[in-house]
Amino acid sequence: MKPGRMMHQVLHSLFKKPATNLYPYEKLEMAGKIRGKLKFYPQKCIGCKLCMRDCPSGAITIKKTGEKQFEAEIDLGKCIYCAQCVDVCPKGALEFTQDIELAELDGAKLKVVFRNGPQDSPQEKTS
Amino acid sequence: MHDSHKFKIPMGPQHPALKEPESFSIALKGEKILGVEIRLGYNHRGIEKACEERSYIQDIYLIERVCGICSHSHSTCFIQAVEEIACLQIPERAKYIRTLIGELERIHSHLLWLGVAGHEIGFDTLLMYTWRDREVVMDLLAELTGNRVNYAINTIGGVRRDVSEQQALDVLKAVDILEERTKYYIGIATTETSIIKRLLGVGVLSHEDALRLDAVGPTARASGVTRDVRRDDPYAAYGSLSFDVITDNHNDVYGRTLVRVKELLESFKIIRQVIKDMPAGPLSVKAPRKIPAGEALSRYEAPRGEDMHYIKSNGTEKPERVKVRAPTLANVQAVKHMLKDRYLADMPIVIAAIDPCFSCTDRLISVDYLDTNRKQIIKWQDLHAYSIAWHRRHGIDFTKLNKETRGAGF
Ligand code: SF4
Ligand code: SF4
Repeated sequence: MKPGRMMHQVLHSLFKKPATNLYPYEKLEMAGKIRGKLKFYPQKCIGCKLCMRDCPSGAITIKKTGEKQFEAEIDLGKCIYCAQCVDVCPKGALEFTQDIELAELDGAKLKVVFRNGPQDSPQEKTS
Repeated sequence: MHDSHKFKIPMGPQHPALKEPESFSIALKGEKILGVEIRLGYNHRGIEKACEERSYIQDIYLIERVCGICSHSHSTCFIQAVEEIACLQIPERAKYIRTLIGELERIHSHLLWLGVAGHEIGFDTLLMYTWRDREVVMDLLAELTGNRVNYAINTIGGVRRDVSEQQALDVLKAVDILEERTKYYIGIATTETSIIKRLLGVGVLSHEDALRLDAVGPTARASGVTRDVRRDDPYAAYGSLSFDVITDNHNDVYGRTLVRVKELLESFKIIRQVIKDMPAGPLSVKAPRKIPAGEALSRYEAPRGEDMHYIKSNGTEKPERVKVRAPTLANVQAVKHMLKDRYLADMPIVIAAIDPCFSCTDRLISVDYLDTNRKQIIKWQDLHAYSIAWHRRHGIDFTKLNKETRGAGF
């Protein structure tokens, strides 16, 4: 390789800041809408269970807890974050968030239940 | 390894350096390869059968996971067959978006290959460079589709996400950066004597043999076979785009390298046209849940070559039969031919040169000394080191080049 050709690259790299960043202290923003952890709005759900039927990995379970009351259990360990359930839901009761840091040491924490809270606000609980 | 010994070396089924499990049993005399036996099927995952147990919609996400690198190739190939059976005409805009993602996937796959090839011959700076550049296209794919791999952009009847004007500008910007860097790699590949010496005449596959053994993709095109599904049987938007099918007559690993880097330039050309010509309109048409009875065969030019999916439907929500023929399966017989009478030290690069999809767990190679019944275990790292040391003894040394180029970048 001719040294002349390399020279401008060498200099360029020399004055550039390092390519690595100090994760987890510095977080990189992912551009666009990354498919992350799901969110469920119990008030909107009508219990049609289309989401359960289309989910490729059997990660979502809708349970009836009372008259027109539904809760969703999502197994984050099984979910492949395809958002097919979001697409198929006729009522917009499911939504994906940009939360992608979901690693857990305790497997039980990967099961997340969304149910109606006291003021009808969705509550998230790990079972 | 002494010249008078004959050995049989099982390699694989799984290897840290190669990305899909295949098992090779190599008979050696000294350093020379007498013959190669290929045993397929170790990592049979039963995906075809699993597809028959699931609905078409669920299958999209399963078939996407046949391969992480060509995930869009497999899902598009599968969906094209389903759409053909269901007689769905997908919107023009969806065709362009599928093409865009397909070409971005080819870029990331070819850059990945270039890095792996650099690593296998001991030119690790090249690995660092290309994988750094690959991040540009990975970020772009994440921005456009919502994930770095397994993009899930396809759905039966179209695509799931639109490309905004801002995103189109981002794509063009990234393509400009990548084009400049690709030209630099072409410069390296065509002028750097160590690379030329190391790759020229290695893993030879003549034009006749490429045709006879049904090689596909860059492996075939580097042996002068002008075969490319994108031109021969256009799908998505390829019919209305202009691009060249790159071929080369070196018939060896060097030729395969040239074909891949030049294909990168064609991909940039295609992407620019796609962004310019992308028509406005809807993203998908409504697809029925139950696909009418019928059968279809679909072809797709994946980065590694022609991918083929066959689907038979019986009028229900689930397919009756799904058959996948991935490009590596078509190329694996050619590898057997390429390795015969070559040296063991060339094996890593020759196998890597078809850009196989192998899985990455096996770390051991056990050597049976055929004439003394002695056994020895060689790790892949040792084989890698052996390969580099062997060529160093034979005058091809990347140490200096690695040192010179370390820290250099754009
Ligand atoms: S598809 Fe939507 S409305 Fe139907 S059960 Fe699932 S979350 Fe509820
Ligand atoms: S994102 Fe995909 S895998 Fe996860 S629950 Fe929804 S449909 Fe199932």
